[in-house]
Amino acid sequence: MKFVDEFRSNEHSRILIESLKNLSRGQINIMEVCGTHTMAIFRYGIRDVLPANVTLISGPGCPVCVTPQSYIDTAIDLSSREDVIMATFGDMMKVPGIKSSLLKKKAEGADIRLVYSPMDCLAIAADSPSKQIVFLAVGFETTAPMTAVTAIEARKNGLSNLFFFTAHKIVPPVMEALVTDKELNLDGFLLPGNVSAIIGTEPYEFLGKDFNIPGVVTGFEPVDILQGLSTLISLISKKDYSIANDYKRIVRTSGNSEAKEYMDKAFNIVDSNWRGIGKVSKSGLEFNRDFEEFDALKHFEISYKEYDGSSGCRCGEILKGKMNPTQCPLFKQACTPENPIGSCMVSSEGTCAAYFRYYKESGKMEE
Amino acid sequence: MCLAVPGRVLSIDGNMGIIEVGKIQRKVFLHLIPEVSVDDYVLMHAGCAIQTIDELEAKTTLDILKELTESEIRR
Amino acid sequence: MSTITLSHGSGGTQSNQLISDLFFRYFSNDILNQMNDAAQLEIDFKKIAFTTDSFVVNPIFFEGGNIGKLAVCGTVNDLAVSGAKPLYLTCAFIIEEGFSMVDLETIVKTMAEEAEKSGVKIVAGDTKVVEKGNVESLYINTSGIGVIYENVNINCANAKPGDVIIVNGTIGDHGMTILCERNNFGFEGNLSSDCASLNTLVDCMLEVYNGIHVIRDATRGGIAAVLNEISDSSNVTIALEENLLPIKEEVKGAAEMLGFDPLYIANEGKLCAFVPEAQAEQVLVAMRAHPLGTNAAIIGRVTEELGKKVYLNTVVGGKRLVDMPSGILLPRIC
Repeated sequence: MKFVDEFRSNEHSRILIESLKNLSRGQINIMEVCGTHTMAIFRYGIRDVLPANVTLISGPGCPVCVTPQSYIDTAIDLSSREDVIMATFGDMMKVPGIKSSLLKKKAEGADIRLVYSPMDCLAIAADSPSKQIVFLAVGFETTAPMTAVTAIEARKNGLSNLFFFTAHKIVPPVMEALVTDKELNLDGFLLPGNVSAIIGTEPYEFLGKDFNIPGVVTGFEPVDILQGLSTLISLISKKDYSIANDYKRIVRTSGNSEAKEYMDKAFNIVDSNWRGIGKVSKSGLEFNRDFEEFDALKHFEISYKEYDGSSGCRCGEILKGKMNPTQCPLFKQACTPENPIGSCMVSSEGTCAAYFRYYKESGKMEE
Repeated sequence: MCLAVPGRVLSIDGNMGIIEVGKIQRKVFLHLIPEVSVDDYVLMHAGCAIQTIDELEAKTTLDILKELTESEIRR
Repeated sequence: MSTITLSHGSGGTQSNQLISDLFFRYFSNDILNQMNDAAQLEIDFKKIAFTTDSFVVNPIFFEGGNIGKLAVCGTVNDLAVSGAKPLYLTCAFIIEEGFSMVDLETIVKTMAEEAEKSGVKIVAGDTKVVEKGNVESLYINTSGIGVIYENVNINCANAKPGDVIIVNGTIGDHGMTILCERNNFGFEGNLSSDCASLNTLVDCMLEVYNGIHVIRDATRGGIAAVLNEISDSSNVTIALEENLLPIKEEVKGAAEMLGFDPLYIANEGKLCAFVPEAQAEQVLVAMRAHPLGTNAAIIGRVTEELGKKVYLNTVVGGKRLVDMPSGILLPRIC
């Protein structure tokens, strides 16, 4: 597959791994913000090939993990309505609510449909005019523009039975919250490649300018990740606090202006609660007045109160990189992918799920 | 938070297109990349193309790596 | 009659008519035609392999086959990979009231064709019809008997360090086809189930070398599941090579889009064989000469390491664990 296979090349990877060995001295702590990076790093065994002085910390870039439990409970309630067809990405199906999950509700007979794309909701809405379709619109800036596009297409097609229960969040504000946390000891960020495809590299400039922390926008193939790490470790060693772009084939400095326009057209930026982190100012997206006809909470007149659940769950500290999952007392005991206490264990890219699948207690893959 | 795959644009019809990812074809939203042409490579996330792939940049990156590899071999 | 009704399952005239007009017409053989309550079989005093499986796949018709084909191939394969020559199958249908007669005939015809290809006879059966809604279209159970070859000792616990692991072709074809057809992901392409009876392939392999340690077919849970089971039974460590895994472009593309790992996706015409290193090449050559083994490939080996685990040497030279799958496969966008 073009633009995939070349960036999984064994030859290129080996060279980059070699180059990492002599780049730095002294302990270096790097946070990969994005959950997809966490999964890719584990998938390719990249932790195993890093020099011993480099530690990777997984950050809060997992939209399912940072969505408060109240969201899934409200979605579960909505899905139980006779007149509702719920449409969702697979990521949300196993997330535990207080009493149930969408997967369990589906088994009990609720009409919950897996979709690959919100676009597919348009056909569901057209085929079921007597039903109300509710799409669970979760995701960061990579995903939010297509919620806007889908709503606009629904309007164009005269569909009045499609609604969105939104929980979109944006990334730069939570990074600001992270770097101001005195307990965190970070030397650099591996920045989310596909979010950056939308927002560009400019929103991260504050990291270098105001906090002396460099960052590298990085893609998701193993060659991309190794290259991003190489560039970042060089910057850190040279005390160069720039924001670099190692994903230039996708990311332009100013991002994707069309995508940003769609987001501006449909959403207001609001304060938002990040599970385990708390309120982060101006970090969420809500439909604005022009699009409020699509807002599921308004349409169903739900008075939505946010809460975090799961007593004992340490997802919050894990998402901030203060703790790794193996240090959580529930990890692999009470909390497993089959019986998850928190969403980090269930989400496809949750830190706890990644550690459960790929990590051994010794810290390396093998026992 | 962003599972996305590169694919080639096979056809365009207004704001919609068909792309091919490893011999699988799928409809895709093209609203975010209105300047796209047939045969361009784009990055698709959940049925929406989020950016066109700059083939020259990709080649530049790979060329640099190739040179690194060759200079290692020469050593 | 164009649809199945409750009377087709109640043992009276309509049942008998269905049996004679449909099942006996296609499954006809000297044993079945005796119409006894139980098939009377003569098997010399040999070791017998005996297995059963139930088939509830949805959708029942898919690219590359249908539930009937699965029902014959699945049970034949369980016998074949046990080192047995499959001989006889039973076949029980549980049919939803209102099921199309035309569809039933297609399924039965497919089963007859597959049985003939595999050299097995369907010698006993049963039909039940249940009220609409109590079953999803149609379920089938098949049980099978085979005679275990002498001088063959195939067992899950026999894998040894140094064994080479061979698969007979591309992985993940069946599961990906079913997933895409069931969920309307809007993917178009040449996705097709690999459903096939593997007994003639196994015969071919054993003829070349009858000391193969383990053969297992990789069904639900994919290659990952079966290798973990073998690692556990044999108490060995298995190392796979990511760059050697044979995967069709279509399956790779769909897997990349959905966030799936082909190692965990179901197969219905694939086996893993654990062959001592010295004999691996000749077994591989024999497999590649067979129509069901043209893409046969070595994908890894049993190492000298202690402990029970399966890991993958990744394309970048790292390692990752390939654990036992759990729960259902769900696509992701994150």
